[in-house]
Amino acid sequence: MFSADRWYEVLSTLARNPLRSFLTAVAVAWGIFMLVVLLGMGKGLRNGTEKSFSDDAANSVWIFGGSTSQPFAGLPVNRRIVFDNDGYEAVRRVRGVERLTGRFFARGAMFGNELQIRVGAKVSSFDVRSVHPDHLYLEKSIMVAGRFLNDLDVAEKRKVTAIGAPVAEFLWGHTDVIGQGLAINGVQFQVVGLFTDEGDAGELRKLYIPISTAQLAFNGADRVNVLMFTVGDKGVGETAKLVDDVKGLLAERERFAADDPQATRVRNNLEQYATFQEIFTIIEIFIMVMGACTLVAGIVGVSNIMMIAVKERTKEIGVRKALGATPWTIVSTILQESVFLTAVAGYVGLVAGVGLLELLAWVLPKSDFFSDPSVDLTVGLGATAVLMVSGAVAGFVPARTAARVSPVVALRDE
Amino acid sequence: MPSPAVLRLNGINKYYQVGSHRLHVLRNVDAEIGDGELVAIMGASGSGKSTLLNILGILDGYDAGEYWLDDTLVRDLSETQAARYRNRFIGFVFQSFNLLPFKTAVENVALPLYYQGVSRRTRNRTAMQYLERVGLADWAEHRPSEMSGGQKQRVAIARALIGKPKIILADEPTGALDSETSRQIMDLLAEIHASGITVIVVTHEADIAARAQRIIRLRDGKVEAQA
Ligand SMILES: Nc1ncnc2c1ncn2[C@@H]1O[C@H](COP(=O)(O)OP(=O)(O)OP(=O)(O)O)[C@@H](O)[C@H]1O
Ligand SMILES: [Mg+2]
Repeated sequence: MFSADRWYEVLSTLARNPLRSFLTAVAVAWGIFMLVVLLGMGKGLRNGTEKSFSDDAANSVWIFGGSTSQPFAGLPVNRRIVFDNDGYEAVRRVRGVERLTGRFFARGAMFGNELQIRVGAKVSSFDVRSVHPDHLYLEKSIMVAGRFLNDLDVAEKRKVTAIGAPVAEFLWGHTDVIGQGLAINGVQFQVVGLFTDEGDAGELRKLYIPISTAQLAFNGADRVNVLMFTVGDKGVGETAKLVDDVKGLLAERERFAADDPQATRVRNNLEQYATFQEIFTIIEIFIMVMGACTLVAGIVGVSNIMMIAVKERTKEIGVRKALGATPWTIVSTILQESVFLTAVAGYVGLVAGVGLLELLAWVLPKSDFFSDPSVDLTVGLGATAVLMVSGAVAGFVPARTAARVSPVVALRDE
Repeated sequence: MPSPAVLRLNGINKYYQVGSHRLHVLRNVDAEIGDGELVAIMGASGSGKSTLLNILGILDGYDAGEYWLDDTLVRDLSETQAARYRNRFIGFVFQSFNLLPFKTAVENVALPLYYQGVSRRTRNRTAMQYLERVGLADWAEHRPSEMSGGQKQRVAIARALIGKPKIILADEPTGALDSETSRQIMDLLAEIHASGITVIVVTHEADIAARAQRIIRLRDGKVEAQA
């Protein structure tokens, strides 16, 4: 099937009509190029988004206090709900809650918790987070020196802090700062740890202090503004049930209706993550279908053009048959022509597509939306297989037509 | 006729379906052609000469009767088997030459050997020998479009001979040529006949037919007389 002679026949046939061969090749190359580029872009979108999710634990749930929208047990609406240390302890005992931390807002709100930080004559303000030790896992902070806050810090209300590398750089000009002192709103703290984070740079411009210390130092009594916990490897459904359990518990403690949508605000990262995954799977399927359509168009193009070629060569095929060409030789020559053309063209499209993706990966800044567009090897191998099959499919009808050429009809003199 | 028959036709009938009408093209044709004969087939236009020749060449089938080729019954052959027989036993010469226009003379002549699986080098060397035999060695690298009708027909004859066939079937081989060239082509066919190959020529021209040992005349699909 792959004798040098056959190749000679195939190549000389293609070379006999170079423009047509070229245009056919372009159709296929374009199909594969589009498929590769679209898939790569889809991958880039997914990568980018997954990276932005990698900031926080994907399997985490945050519950904020809100204000009631329904009266409960004679209590009026618009009552502000704030959790407390006992609530934290109660949630901690709920089965299924894996890592748990509270957050206390020294200024009373989620944002705008910048406090004044002073080292000697250097003064600035940074965001200070008042948390439990498990916050490390929820934020996925990575310790690079020293340690994060621990239970003893919280129990003894120690004045210790873990700070982001840029904070240390700013205050001391270097990061060798374990054991150094700094003042937060005039209260002296000791640095026990230095961390980094995979999220955006803002996550590094932070200081962490024990929640108990903050409550004492900043007039917080026993208030806890947010409860954040991870759920282990639970699925979306189980997580939703767990959230209901925790909300029920809090509702009982803080005396609000468990189904009051305003009393608490829940951010379920797992659900969001799952939604994103779903969206991307849909996008990818869409891209696949689009790409496949382009490819099919390419194949139909090849098939049509080969069909025209076969029609034009009816006389030639008749002559060849009279001289002893068997149907199989004719079929296999045309199939080989088709597979060869598709494979070469497709390969060019594949290389061009991968090339463009590489270029994009190199030129485009990595962002939360787009990062490392690429096609993996399996896609490449799959594409090769698809090309071979496509070529064969494209050549099939023309080859069959050619094999059915009747020499008597083809050779009849007009 | 002392020589054994290389071809034998017994009551061959052939129909063509034209719309709803069934055209009876060959009617009970009986014929026997001996090994090494030179036979002419004559008849008016539409009498079925080409149809008969196509059946002999296994390019076409027939509806009733028996066609024996070298003691093999040729009937209901698969396309692949038919291709093998054509390749091994039969050489064709057509009125319009039917050379492949994009191939050189030597490549055209070599084509039957390609389908025998002969290597390219041997093929082309053999093809050169046959081109020499028809006096066109100098034209080996020329394409058909650069040659005269007579030259093209000689290339076609070389191509018909290269597979060492038992039979050469020529359908009006001089139909497109002037009388002088026709005579040369006939000389060539006679020479081939002299080398022991059976030659069957369809022709309209009496002087061409006159060079045959025997003439089969067809009228309306029937064998009229053999002389
Ligand atoms: N494929 C076909 N379909 C229908 N009718 C056909 C077909 N081929 C030939 N015929 C008819 O069969 C009859 C015999 O045709 P054939 O070609 O054998 O004649 P011929 O003797 O070779 O004529 P000519 O001298 O003109 O070449 C004619 O009437 C022709 O129209
Ligand atoms: Mg005819």
